[in-house]
Amino acid sequence: MDRRTTDKHAEPAGNRRGFLKRLWQILGIVALAELLWFIISLLRPSKEIHKSRPAETLRVIGSVEDFPAGSVTPDRVNRLYIVREEDGGFMALSLTCPHLGCSVLWNEESRQFDCPCHSSAFDRRGIVLSSPAPRPLDYLPVIIEEGKVKVNTGSITKRKRFEPNQVTYAL
Amino acid sequence: MTDHSATKKRDKSRFGLILHLHPRKVRESTLRFTLTFGLGGMAAMLMVIQVITGLLLKFHYEPSPENAYNSILNLQESLLFGKMLRNIHHWSAIAFVWIAFLHMLRVAFTGACRPPRDVTWITGAALLLLVVLSNFTGYLLPWDQLSYWAVTVATSLLSYIPLAGEAIRKLFLGGADVGQATLTNFFNLHTGVIPLLIISLMLWHFWRIRRAGGIIVAEKDKESPMVDTRPHLINREFVVAVTLLAVIFIISSLFDAPLRGRANPAFSPNPAKAPWYFMGLQELLIHFHPLFAVFVLPVTVLAAVVWMPYVKSTDKNQGIWFLSHAGIRAAKMSAITGALCTIIFIAISGILPDPEVLLPGVPPILTTGLVPFLIMAATMWLFMKSLKRRWSLNRPEMIQSVIVLLVVSYAVLTVTGIFFRGEGMNLVWPWNL
Repeated sequence: MDRRTTDKHAEPAGNRRGFLKRLWQILGIVALAELLWFIISLLRPSKEIHKSRPAETLRVIGSVEDFPAGSVTPDRVNRLYIVREEDGGFMALSLTCPHLGCSVLWNEESRQFDCPCHSSAFDRRGIVLSSPAPRPLDYLPVIIEEGKVKVNTGSITKRKRFEPNQVTYAL
Repeated sequence: MTDHSATKKRDKSRFGLILHLHPRKVRESTLRFTLTFGLGGMAAMLMVIQVITGLLLKFHYEPSPENAYNSILNLQESLLFGKMLRNIHHWSAIAFVWIAFLHMLRVAFTGACRPPRDVTWITGAALLLLVVLSNFTGYLLPWDQLSYWAVTVATSLLSYIPLAGEAIRKLFLGGADVGQATLTNFFNLHTGVIPLLIISLMLWHFWRIRRAGGIIVAEKDKESPMVDTRPHLINREFVVAVTLLAVIFIISSLFDAPLRGRANPAFSPNPAKAPWYFMGLQELLIHFHPLFAVFVLPVTVLAAVVWMPYVKSTDKNQGIWFLSHAGIRAAKMSAITGALCTIIFIAISGILPDPEVLLPGVPPILTTGLVPFLIMAATMWLFMKSLKRRWSLNRPEMIQSVIVLLVVSYAVLTVTGIFFRGEGMNLVWPWNL
């Protein structure tokens, strides 16, 4: 076909072609977005299988007498430390270093928590003594009922500093 | 007519497909071993080794936290050559990262990344990233103390990416901690997604090399004669591939791939170290705020890599190692400066007390983030200015000096992390480790 003969119609035809082309491109992008959304949603749901219900996250750690004043006791199963203040108050601190997720170790000699990965250090209440940790150790709410120390392992709480309401007292 | 009969003759070749990756004739000067050191070919060979050994390992591996560790033990202890198979896969994986990285440096130092080789350069960089990612996802699979904690640390790095960090980390892990979902994700990435991506990108990479007319040719060699690919190039490639295979076999029969105790989420080993290629990053993390160590610095480096081919330049020094005499001198100077400064920096920050003690109350994002970053950038800028004045360097030579400086610094950080960090990540001598 000789293109020159259709010159007069070239412009509207070009416009229509251009419009259809753009429509295809937009549809293509929409299809890609849908595919991406589908893949991301595939990655998510199966991982919820192991999520436990809130009732199961309240764990009994031990009796009040098990923790002498001024002691720091690890509970490796629930991945936390029970800290007993000198005045008898209880604190539960997460074992996980807020820097990069290693398990911190209690050092009885220097009375501090040490992280084996990047040498962060924390005092008894989990406050940063030495960087690179960007914030104190996370704490977990402690409940004391009938002489038992219970911790809600489902609510690990981030904090910026130590506050008295993070400590629980036996009544 | 002669053309026709030549085609017919070639069609009889059983390796016609592989030969198609090459042009029929190559320039003689590009065959010189010291121009390329055969690094690209070695990387391709390592991919072949990895696919074969990986597929064999897959017959015996079980991707579940309960049985993964046992399946590795079983493979090593009760299977003929099972340990050897794992060793080959392990040492080839390490060699892969090394060779791919050296290949990239070779290309950079012979000025071979500018158009028409820009796409080759960028796909190559993507390939290197994929190789590291493949290495890292494979690292978790044995489910021992080494892999569990290395992956815990490395994925925690992701949570420092601004805004989307925590979401990206959870998507990777499939949950809050490293567990079954993580193993499922990593296994699929390691044995499916990443290898497919690598193979596709490799083909694109090869095709772009052909389109650019093969390996870079120096100006003085432009008149060098063309020779037949077969046997001149093919024979050389064969020798390199077989030698590499022999070296890998020897190393694998002498040294075993490490396997520690079964993963225990309650106890981090002391010290807990990342995979060796991330040790430089981990060392950086001891000194820098995570936002800078895992986000600002890597994004800057990545952007620089993509931008590199498009730097305007008029020089004709492509295809020559380190570009020019001034280039060599500047590169040496940068290497020495980078090594010395990094060592001094590590030593000083080991002696000085932590910023919380020196400047209590100042947020760590300033004391270990912005301020050191700005000081570092300013020092580098001044150093580069003095280099430029001294040898009147052109742009590619300047960029080359920056690369040398950064690579040497990262190498020092890596060596420090691997050999000079003992219990609690404190500085020790290697013989006290």
